[in-house]
Amino acid sequence: MNELGFTWIDTGIILAKIVIVIVVNLLILMIMELAERRVSAFIQDRLGPNRVGPEGLFQAVADGIKFFFKEEIFPAGADKVLYTLAPLLVLVPALMTFAAIPFGHAAELFGRTIPLQIVDLNVGILFIFALVSLGVYGVVLGGWASNSKYPFLGGLRASAQMISYELSLGMSIIGIIMITGSLRLSSIVEYQSGMLFGFLPRWNIFLQPLAFVTFLVASFAEANRLPFDLAESEPELVGGYHTEYSSMKFAMFFMGEYVALITTSAVLATLFFGGWDFPWVDEAALGGWGVLLSLLAFALKTGFFLFLFLWVRWTIPRFRFDQLMRLGWKILIPLALVNILLTGAGLLLVH
Amino acid sequence: MGVKNVGYRPKRWDRSYFPGILAGMWITIKHFFSKKYTVSYPEERWPVPPGHRGAIRLNKDEQGRIKCVACEMCSTACPAKCISMKAGVAPWPDREKYPVEFTIDMLRCILCGMCEEACPEEAIQLTEIYDFSAYTREDLIWDKERLLRNYDLTADGKYFDRSKEETGL
Repeated sequence: MNELGFTWIDTGIILAKIVIVIVVNLLILMIMELAERRVSAFIQDRLGPNRVGPEGLFQAVADGIKFFFKEEIFPAGADKVLYTLAPLLVLVPALMTFAAIPFGHAAELFGRTIPLQIVDLNVGILFIFALVSLGVYGVVLGGWASNSKYPFLGGLRASAQMISYELSLGMSIIGIIMITGSLRLSSIVEYQSGMLFGFLPRWNIFLQPLAFVTFLVASFAEANRLPFDLAESEPELVGGYHTEYSSMKFAMFFMGEYVALITTSAVLATLFFGGWDFPWVDEAALGGWGVLLSLLAFALKTGFFLFLFLWVRWTIPRFRFDQLMRLGWKILIPLALVNILLTGAGLLLVH
Repeated sequence: MGVKNVGYRPKRWDRSYFPGILAGMWITIKHFFSKKYTVSYPEERWPVPPGHRGAIRLNKDEQGRIKCVACEMCSTACPAKCISMKAGVAPWPDREKYPVEFTIDMLRCILCGMCEEACPEEAIQLTEIYDFSAYTREDLIWDKERLLRNYDLTADGKYFDRSKEETGL
């Protein structure tokens, strides 16, 4: 035991949690890679890839093998260090974001309480937003280091877009922080586990519907998903910031994008849909079953948002750049500010 | 002259994107659950409509003999000039000639069905076989035996119930 009160067992538990979270994330990522195509196919009345394994479940493996055997290309005049670093800069922060997200009710195992969260930071939300904005650097650097027009334009767009939407993203959750009184994600989840008017779960979406809308739209832009994927924008920029990338580096960009999608969905579920809270059930009273139930609730909520991302992608056409900026600066930020004002007024009325 | 504006003026509510987005998402989710049009080819086959003009066959009569009398009407009618034959004296008493060789170059054939229309004996016909690709060019130059085998495969109208191995295509 050291001066922090940590034993080797504690460290082992944390390491185990990290490994489990990363493995689960990568598994979901594989499923997402397939789901993206199959959902798009289903929406377009097709069947989609269903040949590799049952219902095409191993499609991601086939893709991985394909990516491994592709040639690594360095464009002439590319900055080799940044060019190699950029895909990592997209993937790693996206994976790290999950560290602060609570994904289940604390479990009791061998007389020891294990919170199902890697680190319960007291500034959890800030940590998440800091890492989410780090992800932009990968895109921007990747675009710049390629030494090519289209990736450069893609990177440029990404930087402008991310900076604008970062603001509304951050501002729309201030309302939640105001009513919860904490930046700690576990207390935000616990705050949402009550009941509203006796029948509604006290989720933040019912308390902060406006914030939910602005946050959802901004998170689409942050995750670089259609309708806001201007950094990629195939018809205009060939492939956007990853035009020049090939092989595993390209795959890493995609993995980063999907992991960011998973974490964004998890954050949305945590902040607005009660995290691991299963409505109308007291998890603490149920023991082990409560933990499983909370994990299930969290998975279902995250899964719903993942589906929503796909669903929206295959529904809405891409925004023009000026429309994107207009929506970000002229609509979302004022709305977020109004939400802060309304929340403040509401809090004054309650007290 | 006053200007008559007939264009669509979006309302403020429309300009918020919400009605459009929600309507669009309703449409896509309906399609998500609707019938899929994909035909999973080797397992499922496209049901061929009657009158489909697919691969060519040479018909046989009730005694299993080739119906063709080598009159060369088909090769004359053929706009792609893909039919060639060599006539010989028929071994049967009821006709004078029969084709000793009969070759259709399916690489040239445009599946127009003119040969079928020209034939006085209903000896040459187009079938419902549409999956007759091959690995070499030689495999697509069909001789008499190949064309007669097409008849055996399709005569009962159950070509699509046969397995890939059975058809040998």
